[in-house]
Amino acid sequence: MKVITANFVTCAVKECKTSPASFPLHFNDAELEQQELDFQPEFIRNVLPRIDWEALRTISNELGFPTLPDSKPEGEALDNEQTLKDLHRLLLETHVTEGKLTCGNCGHSYMIKEGIANFLLPSHLGEEYHLFLNNIIPHALFTQIASQIDTPGLGTGF
Amino acid sequence: MLPTPDTSHVSFDTIYEPSEDSYLFLDTLSSASESKWLSERFPKNQEASPLVVEVGTGSGVVLAFTAAQSQQIFGRRDVLTLGTDVNRNACIATRKTATTAIQAEQQPSPQSVHISSLTADLCTPLRPGSVDVLLFNPPYVPTEDLPRLPSAAENDPAVSEAMSRSAKFDNDSYFLSLTYAGGADGMETTDRLLDAIPGVLSVRGVAYVLLCKQNRPDQVMERIRGWDGWQVETAGSSGMQAGWEKLVIVRIWRKDSLR
Repeated sequence: MKVITANFVTCAVKECKTSPASFPLHFNDAELEQQELDFQPEFIRNVLPRIDWEALRTISNELGFPTLPDSKPEGEALDNEQTLKDLHRLLLETHVTEGKLTCGNCGHSYMIKEGIANFLLPSHLGEEYHLFLNNIIPHALFTQIASQIDTPGLGTGF
Repeated sequence: MLPTPDTSHVSFDTIYEPSEDSYLFLDTLSSASESKWLSERFPKNQEASPLVVEVGTGSGVVLAFTAAQSQQIFGRRDVLTLGTDVNRNACIATRKTATTAIQAEQQPSPQSVHISSLTADLCTPLRPGSVDVLLFNPPYVPTEDLPRLPSAAENDPAVSEAMSRSAKFDNDSYFLSLTYAGGADGMETTDRLLDAIPGVLSVRGVAYVLLCKQNRPDQVMERIRGWDGWQVETAGSSGMQAGWEKLVIVRIWRKDSLR
């Protein structure tokens, strides 16, 4: 996944969507790969309005890139080819191939393997959780399963 | 006719093979009327690059076509594409289908950019208000039961590699059922996607959703017309059956006055 993806994703847990801490998700143990792509200055100029600059600064630091300017380049700064090239490299040429994306609100981590992030939730966090809990799995068995899963937040209510 | 993206690298054991519904999507998006509508919605040099998201990409043929033919469809090439699917294999396939099609169709640059394929349930990991164009060819066949969602662990390549032949067969059948089985009226998954549309689409956002006759498209469209501030129209259709269109693609968008 290209780094720009982090600008468009958040935690898959419904309750986290309204929390500012769920964006951006935080990269951990990220392995990076550069894949060359033709430099397209106009493309970067048109993509920039879509970018949450504060979030990108956080992500850039987490991935070990040089610190980005305090504010988003605009006006004449958009004519600076080096600025655009740096952004092109970070947003479009850098791929995260392995690692985790972690939510700052609930603490859940999404694994990235071979460049594919997995946002499917374990059943105790997903929509089917309550159905699973109330109708399908007898309580005793569920407690037994739950005791074998080591995830923060699961314990509440049991 | 614009070329169909190559999917010869895709194994159809667990992935939906491009069919009539997929091709209706390609024809609809590249039709003169839709490309005119989209080019006016996302005018080059005035509007920032659109983010195109396909939910349930399967082989990736639809998203790859949209990326590779962005000039014909949107009148611009600075388009970002992202795909989601509950099947990790489909995500891997889509990434390859999209990058291959862009390479084949957009030389020299500028090129559209496929930013990622995510294993996910519908658009649950997407940031609210971020999607400009949403594409959905759902599991629309009415079935007695709706297959459950796979867990993160079921998509772990190490788990499927360790399976016996018969376990793999069951697993493949399960993943294939997710590509078509839609539960009651074939609408259970589509209903969840429709519910997510107002939250996930941007202010200029538009969604294309395929429906089959058994989904009762007229009733679905009537329901969407009841949403405050939204419009819906038929954008494409195919396969007449007893005087009815077998498949339709509807376009759902925010009324301009609210932009």
